[in-house]
Amino acid sequence: MTRYFDEELLELNKKILEMSAKVEAAIGNSIKALRELSREKAEAVIKEDDRIDRMELEIEEKCLNLIALYQPAAADLRFIVMSMKITTDLERIADLAVDISQRVLEIADQPLLKPLIDIPKLATLAQGMVKDAINSFVNKDPELARSVILRDSEADELRNLVQSELINDYMRKDPESAPRAVALLLVARHLERICDHATNISEDVIYMVKAEVVKHHPESLK
Amino acid sequence: MTTRNIIEVKNLSVFYGSFQALKDININIQANRITALIGPSGCGKSTFLRTLNRMNDLIEGTRTVGQVLFDGQNIFSPDTDLLELRRRVGMVFQRPNPFPLSIAENITYGLRVHGHKNKLFLEEKLYKSLQAVNLWDELKDRLTDNALSLTGEQQQRLCIARLLAVEPEVVLMDEPCSALDPVATARIEDLMYELKKNYTIIIVTHNMQQAARVSDFTGYFLLGELVEFGETNQIFTSPKDPRTEDYITGRFG
Repeated sequence: MTRYFDEELLELNKKILEMSAKVEAAIGNSIKALRELSREKAEAVIKEDDRIDRMELEIEEKCLNLIALYQPAAADLRFIVMSMKITTDLERIADLAVDISQRVLEIADQPLLKPLIDIPKLATLAQGMVKDAINSFVNKDPELARSVILRDSEADELRNLVQSELINDYMRKDPESAPRAVALLLVARHLERICDHATNISEDVIYMVKAEVVKHHPESLK
Repeated sequence: MTTRNIIEVKNLSVFYGSFQALKDININIQANRITALIGPSGCGKSTFLRTLNRMNDLIEGTRTVGQVLFDGQNIFSPDTDLLELRRRVGMVFQRPNPFPLSIAENITYGLRVHGHKNKLFLEEKLYKSLQAVNLWDELKDRLTDNALSLTGEQQQRLCIARLLAVEPEVVLMDEPCSALDPVATARIEDLMYELKKNYTIIIVTHNMQQAARVSDFTGYFLLGELVEFGETNQIFTSPKDPRTEDYITGRFG
């Protein structure tokens, strides 16, 4: 039996896809701004964030309406509630892209402290994790979601590597380097947080599809 | 969360003539919990409910296979005292069905049938039973009025009070709110929460939101089969059987 409700769910799905596309673009552009130390690109990311915030509110309202009007159950309920949670993570990811862009604005006019090696690696990892997390949602693919979650520890390691290098090789040796070093340290931190949100999305996707809670139970993924 | 099983149903099949209304049902009903039975019309849930106090005996051509253990005793054994079984396992029906007698007589009728004559005892029971369904304050000055003069909700409460007067252990409810408006429904549901402290409740309902709201356990019946039985939370968030999923999400039925 086809239900009118299914059209509403499709509409919700479409809104989330639109928001996802914007968020992916925000991360991509903030990383490009970092690589090129481009003020212009960084400012564009910051400006675009308002639209993403509005989309978040719109999706939340849609979800609340669907719950209030249809009293969904089972897979429908899991889809709507997880949509709400995933939307919050997407919005936070966009905020972190804004944070990265703000760091770019802080350091754009000065020479780079050091050639960037691990930060671009971390950026590529973060971008890939967000992309796969979103795809796992779109395709209701718990396996892909699982692969995202398993990559999260890599992000933590890269962030630690960047952090200890900046502290030991620069800040300790030359306190004058601290402002620029802190900016890079924060960028690494922002990227690692993006990976955390991609992980949250993936955990929610697994619950949505399989009704299995893997959050806070990393051993259940092995 | 688990309590003792007050009713254990083992391999129960019920036939009306050649039609098999229930197919090999196995289910344990926990004491002091509300168990909801859902499913489309004709799925067997009401037949199942009526089997639990052998109301189906009244339908000609009914044949039953398997066991229903109430407190460990098979209710189909030949030495079962039906009057006593129906006192311990009482039923509330879809439409309130008070006797065309006074409010007080409605409550004391069952007690008199069971041989109670002491006036003080009957008065105390009248008070306690009406109090238990929150009707005493409303009706204490109208006890001699005809029960049919009450509102639908009051009548349904009175029927529940009439049941409680004979001290049942299990209360079977067959769509008890289907003739009531949403406000009266909510009040009957609140009453069910109160009653489960002392009684075990099994409710058949077409209203899935009601099942979700009031029950601890939910069973889904389809074509005479018990498709799925589990904690209500689980049934409504992550049913295991796709047929349950289709029903509670409105894709079927």
